[in-house]
Amino acid sequence: MHTKHLELEQVGIDFPTPKGPFTALQDVNLKISKGEFVSLIGHSGCGKSTVLNIVAGLHQATTGGVILDGAEVKQPGPERAVVFQNHSLLPWLTVYKNVELAVKSTMRGKSKNEMRDWIMHNLELVHMTHALDKLPSEISGGMKQRVGIARALAMEPKVLLMDEPFGALDALTRAHLQDSLMEIHADLGNTVIMITHDVDEAVLLSDRIVMMNNGPAATIGEILDIELPRPRDRLALADNKQYNHYRHEVLTFLYDKQKKVETVSSRANQAPTTNKHSQQLAKPSGVSSEKKDAKKSDAA
Amino acid sequence: MSKMTTILRLPSSPSNANSLLSRLYQSTPALLLPVIGLLMFLAIWNGVAKSIDTSLGQFPGPAQVFEQAGALIDEHIAQREKADAFYQRQEARNAARVAQDPTYQPKIREFTGAPTFFDQIWTSLYTVMVGFLIASVVAVPVGILCGLSKSAYTAINPLIQLFKPVSPLAWLPLVTMVVSALYVSDEPAFSKSFVTSAFTVSLCCLWPTLINTAVGVSNIDKDLINVSKVLRLTPFAHLTKIVLPSSIPMIFTGLRLSLGIGWMVLIAAEMLAQNPGLGKFVWDEFQNGSSESLARIMVAVLTIGAIGFVLDRLMLSIQRAVSWDKSSVLR
Repeated sequence: MHTKHLELEQVGIDFPTPKGPFTALQDVNLKISKGEFVSLIGHSGCGKSTVLNIVAGLHQATTGGVILDGAEVKQPGPERAVVFQNHSLLPWLTVYKNVELAVKSTMRGKSKNEMRDWIMHNLELVHMTHALDKLPSEISGGMKQRVGIARALAMEPKVLLMDEPFGALDALTRAHLQDSLMEIHADLGNTVIMITHDVDEAVLLSDRIVMMNNGPAATIGEILDIELPRPRDRLALADNKQYNHYRHEVLTFLYDKQKKVETVSSRANQAPTTNKHSQQLAKPSGVSSEKKDAKKSDAA
Repeated sequence: MSKMTTILRLPSSPSNANSLLSRLYQSTPALLLPVIGLLMFLAIWNGVAKSIDTSLGQFPGPAQVFEQAGALIDEHIAQREKADAFYQRQEARNAARVAQDPTYQPKIREFTGAPTFFDQIWTSLYTVMVGFLIASVVAVPVGILCGLSKSAYTAINPLIQLFKPVSPLAWLPLVTMVVSALYVSDEPAFSKSFVTSAFTVSLCCLWPTLINTAVGVSNIDKDLINVSKVLRLTPFAHLTKIVLPSSIPMIFTGLRLSLGIGWMVLIAAEMLAQNPGLGKFVWDEFQNGSSESLARIMVAVLTIGAIGFVLDRLMLSIQRAVSWDKSSVLR
């Protein structure tokens, strides 16, 4: 919150549709300082992934832009490493080789031994050195995501972008990986932007939670500073008043202020959401419409 | 199989004899059913053949065909012996002339006996492989280009759609004339008929490989492409690390289709153009019109089928060797 590290200024994006351009995002302004952990939360389809993809350089903003350390982001690059939701490891490469590919393409000119040490170091960070020669199909979903994180970290990114990194994992594995992520963040101090649907995850991990309005023309609704001391312990926090207050704030935003009314026209054959009282958003519907989002933007 | 036996050797089957029996029983359907199918085919063939009388005599049954297969092998062995004898005589004659006149340059003449059934098989196999290789060398890169670049695809697609449905046999006269006109050399490394056949095979092997490669490449997981972008992989690394591995299954699907079609077309092309090979063997036997001809043609038919099958299995094992997904069921 002191030095300008990553800035999103007046970011907006239009996707062309047969009926004319569709404004998915508008006037997104955000300043992130070095080492900060920021979560993006919002209903599915509100453009969270689009924001992340713009920062990653995978999408080009129609208006405004992203500035990282004084330079405008124009294309994807390893200094903005992405951890994808479905791990996106190359299925034909072993755990070690997957990380090696990242290291080889970002650390040209290093000696073989240096590279090997660096690969091993990053796999140690995520506790995956026991499965170096396993193919992604031979390890569990949580392990794949660990390797995905190791691959991203191995690029020595200035900003780590995580697109619902734990969304596809079961609750126990997710908790485990959240703890690992907190440790790594404490160790390395990377700047992190993470998309999540999980209110607890957002409050537990973040320094700030960016809550987004519903689209079309989505933008930032509210920003919540989380001033819980680190290191944070999920068990201790369960009864913490402040923690529960933050949770309540996010839930209120999501279910009261931005209550999503699904109309028949927007989503055929689906009743309006009734999960007002549930503590976590319904995952399946969220996942499927994220996918739709991705397709829409791919077509662009 | 070994897994199954270990399971069966668990306490449930105490004695060895018992386990052997149950093993036999377990594996019976897998072994027996194809045999039953084959026997039924032979029985029907035998029955139907007896009731068909052609101008060349009765349609051959399995027994006559088996007999002719033996005869073809004998003929081949006899021809080989003749060839060996010819070369021995030639060598002896040359040696004698050199002994008389040291300045004499001995002439080596090729044995000119008619090619046997097995010579024709070899010619066909060789031709189809060359034609298939030429087609693959062209089709895979062009397919990758079409898969990677939408503009390249849009430009090439009309040509693919136009030429794909054309029977290569329609090309045959054109190919023959072009080869005759352009392939002129005093000492040709390959005969013209070989070049014509191989080229015709190539023309029809192109399309399945090209289309399947293009589809395979264009269907690469978007996330993997994003990974490549984030890593800023060089175009070459993108090709070798991402594009090729993920499209290998589709490329091989195309290659196997191509080889199968190429083998079918080659036989037809050889028959039509009188180019050496199995097709010519079939045509010659048909023109020959002896009472054994039909049985000999039937031997050729079965051989063509068997070779087609072996070629496909060969491609399948190459695919298994180069494919990263060893668990996928390949048929």
